[in-house]
Amino acid sequence: MKPATQSQSHVDQPAAHLRLVSDRAAGETSGIKLSGVSKTYRSRDGDVPSLRPLDFHINQGEFFVVVGPSGCGKSTLLKMISGLLPPTTGDILVEGEQVTKPHGNVGIVFQNALLLPWRNILSNVMLPIDMKKLSREKYLPRAKELLKLVGLEGFEKKLPWQLSGGMQQRASICRALVHDPKIMLMDEPFGALDAMTRERMNVELMRIQRETGKTVLLITHSIPEAVFLADRVLVMTERPGAIAAIYDVPLPRPRSLDAMSDPVFTELVQRIRKHFFTQGSLD
Amino acid sequence: MAESKDAGGLSRLLNAAWVRPFLFLVFIVVAWDLAIRLFQIPAYQIPAPGDVVAVLRTDWPELLRQSWPTTYATICGFLLSAVFGIPVAMLIAGSKTVESYVYPLLVFSQSVPKIAIAPLFVVWFGFGIIPKVISAFLLGFFPVVVSAVQGFKSVDPDMVDLARAMQGSRFQVFRAVNLPHAMPAIFSGLKVSVTLAVVGAVVGEFVGSNSGIGYVMQRSIGTFDLPTMFAALVILALLGVVLFWVVDRIERLVIPWHVSQREDIIFAS
Repeated sequence: MKPATQSQSHVDQPAAHLRLVSDRAAGETSGIKLSGVSKTYRSRDGDVPSLRPLDFHINQGEFFVVVGPSGCGKSTLLKMISGLLPPTTGDILVEGEQVTKPHGNVGIVFQNALLLPWRNILSNVMLPIDMKKLSREKYLPRAKELLKLVGLEGFEKKLPWQLSGGMQQRASICRALVHDPKIMLMDEPFGALDAMTRERMNVELMRIQRETGKTVLLITHSIPEAVFLADRVLVMTERPGAIAAIYDVPLPRPRSLDAMSDPVFTELVQRIRKHFFTQGSLD
Repeated sequence: MAESKDAGGLSRLLNAAWVRPFLFLVFIVVAWDLAIRLFQIPAYQIPAPGDVVAVLRTDWPELLRQSWPTTYATICGFLLSAVFGIPVAMLIAGSKTVESYVYPLLVFSQSVPKIAIAPLFVVWFGFGIIPKVISAFLLGFFPVVVSAVQGFKSVDPDMVDLARAMQGSRFQVFRAVNLPHAMPAIFSGLKVSVTLAVVGAVVGEFVGSNSGIGYVMQRSIGTFDLPTMFAALVILALLGVVLFWVVDRIERLVIPWHVSQREDIIFAS
């Protein structure tokens, strides 16, 4: 009982970084802006609300992580931002332009690498170039450069099954970056990897993000992962999803795995975990 | 040293893909021959393997001549079932509406015995090649459709979303993702289809034809010429095996990336 009250008092007088941050100075023409965005699925048994109206803004070059229980509409959010799914209400602006259909200004990484087994690694990475009908010659050097960036040099001609899970996921990150989108959307990208590979991939992802300067929207179940990666963490409630809180993560960059033992880190993780313990569980 | 090398050669020979079924075939033929001698089965019930081989040798030109119409009808029927089956599967997998209208009827039509309606084709199209081709097509069509539908439907929706999010048009996404993904399933359907097409062609020949292996079989049954009938069976089996093998080879060329072909890739590289 005692530790609980202690941490309670901690929350009552939050340190600077535990403040809820609804928004930063929001530029109108860069990043992602959601205003009043909600989603309701039509089904035979009636309407199923998936997302309650959301308002938030992701800044250019920001590492933005969404954490929430399963089925809270995180993946729906991602599909709406990429233009695959129209929101029921509200507007989504990507780089100042309203999203109504797939706009191709995003790179997507799913939980599974989803590499096409009949294409070699290089031509898998080139898939967006084919889909967007861009010049192959122009983007081929870039694809090779990206593979080098993620440490897959020399694997260009290999087929996906010849690579480990972690390597496949790296290739899929290259695919998400090859057409030089402003935004990278990641849906539990390392959820299928073992814990050790996962930590290494997290460190590497931060490096890639720093070197490419992309805006990243990442969805995860893991609170430590969220805090470790993010500039800001959005906590979602259970279905129908809504914003429970948005936290700033004031840990300095570049971060190493040591950052996880920083008191600021542990405090934030605890604070975010509280949201789910009052609501129910994560899964 | 030389001995172990020989032993290695022998075991490699035993492990060759074609040797084991061949050995088993030899075993079956020997058992067949022994059974006839042992139980004194009369020749008008089951012919001895030796007699069948004798017929195969003496009547070889005639049998070969008769196997062309059957082969031709089989291949035409098979190609038709591929040409129609794959697009129909595409439509069924691509549209819920088409699926709800067509698929149940297709399954229903499949439960109509083809042999029962084969005489109808003779009435419509005469004694030529067309009734055989239609019969082969009808038997080969269904497995292609079922497998291809399953292949088209088993695409990971996330993969399609990914390609669509890159502004791929419906056709582009289909060509880059759905179609290659469905190829292994389509080929397993084609392999079933090609062997069934042989059956279809023979059924067509049973009900009304004056050429082909099916015709030879019916004629020889009529005269209790069982060795000829068995020889015709052997030819049919060979035909099925050869056509299956051809489709299998084509599959290896078209989808060398697939799990079932991976061993070859490793050996090749």
